Amino acid sequence: MNKVQNNKAWWLVLPVFLLVAFSAVIPMMTVVNYSVQDIFDQSSRYFVGTDWYKQVLLDPRLHDSLLRQFIYSACVLLIEIPLGIAIALTMPTKGRWSSLVLIILAIPLLIPWNVVGTIWQIFGRADIGLLGSTLNAMGISYNYAANTMDAWVTVLVMDVWHWTSLVALLCYSGLRAIPDVYYQAARIDRASAWAVFRHIQLPKMKSVLLIAVMLRFMDSFMIYTEPFVLTGGGPGNATTFLSQTLTQMAVGQFDLGPAAAFSLVYFLIILLVSWLFYTAMTHSDANR
Amino acid sequence: MEWMAWTTPTALFFVAIGLLLAGMTTWELRSPSIPRRGLLPISTTRGDRLFIGLLGSAYLHLLVIGVTGWSIWVATALSLVWLLCVMRWG
Repeated sequence: MNKVQNNKAWWLVLPVFLLVAFSAVIPMMTVVNYSVQDIFDQSSRYFVGTDWYKQVLLDPRLHDSLLRQFIYSACVLLIEIPLGIAIALTMPTKGRWSSLVLIILAIPLLIPWNVVGTIWQIFGRADIGLLGSTLNAMGISYNYAANTMDAWVTVLVMDVWHWTSLVALLCYSGLRAIPDVYYQAARIDRASAWAVFRHIQLPKMKSVLLIAVMLRFMDSFMIYTEPFVLTGGGPGNATTFLSQTLTQMAVGQFDLGPAAAFSLVYFLIILLVSWLFYTAMTHSDANR
Repeated sequence: MEWMAWTTPTALFFVAIGLLLAGMTTWELRSPSIPRRGLLPISTTRGDRLFIGLLGSAYLHLLVIGVTGWSIWVATALSLVWLLCVMRWG
């Protein structure tokens, strides 16, 4: 039987293609153009070659925020992925409780970033905030505006509160898609709960976990609003991540050239790490 | 187009990328690529190898700019060799 080749459906991709071109490709080309010029205004701009790249790559302020960013994203993934899986495994599967749990889990995801930052900023305050004043009343010294460790813990807990639900819901959908026959077979073999998790649930969740890891990595690596609202990047520069450094450079100091060069380096890092994650997770079966 | 602040080198760069993508599309339509395993630890198609080659070239340029005082053309020459090696043996 000959399969009829019909590529007309490709035309349906055209609107997305145009949208991506206008929202991503053309602005990105502009950023590349900016990164090789010193721009004063529309009419006076000078070609400087790779000078901005050299300046950006040797800037200690950027090295520090890059290091902070990697530590932050690693912490986010190390906490949220196992916690999300654990929540998904304990979630009820039937009855009204399952709907209730799904709704409760979905609530943090519906709250805008700046509102999350404001909620935690007030929640953590030592004078009027429930968390801050309770901790201080218990004799635990806590002040996210002055203590670096407290600021880090608060920003991390805030992210965990905001986004673990996403991982849990993705894993839950993956778990629900496993046919019951797998569990029946495991019961016949008297497999332990760990064996069921390791050999049935985890492999079947792989594709949704891939999406969860990628989304959480990219999102946490580009985080801006929440720490900006909560700590303003402080105390000192302790919670100033890459996006905030970039914004200070581009909007605060209006250094468009270095900011453009830095944006491209930032983009390349995200591209490489996401590609590595994707390749490691999609090729792990093939290499076994 | 004035707002995009074009320069001749960046225009040439994007024309080269555009030609590369157009060429790869034509090649793919004429003779579809079959995934194979070469020197790289994963099996790749022709498009994968181009992506790896270009990404590696970008990092090679950053390395030369950031760590050495060499001319940018050295990085470009090394990248070209890297790209050809990945496409042929990767």
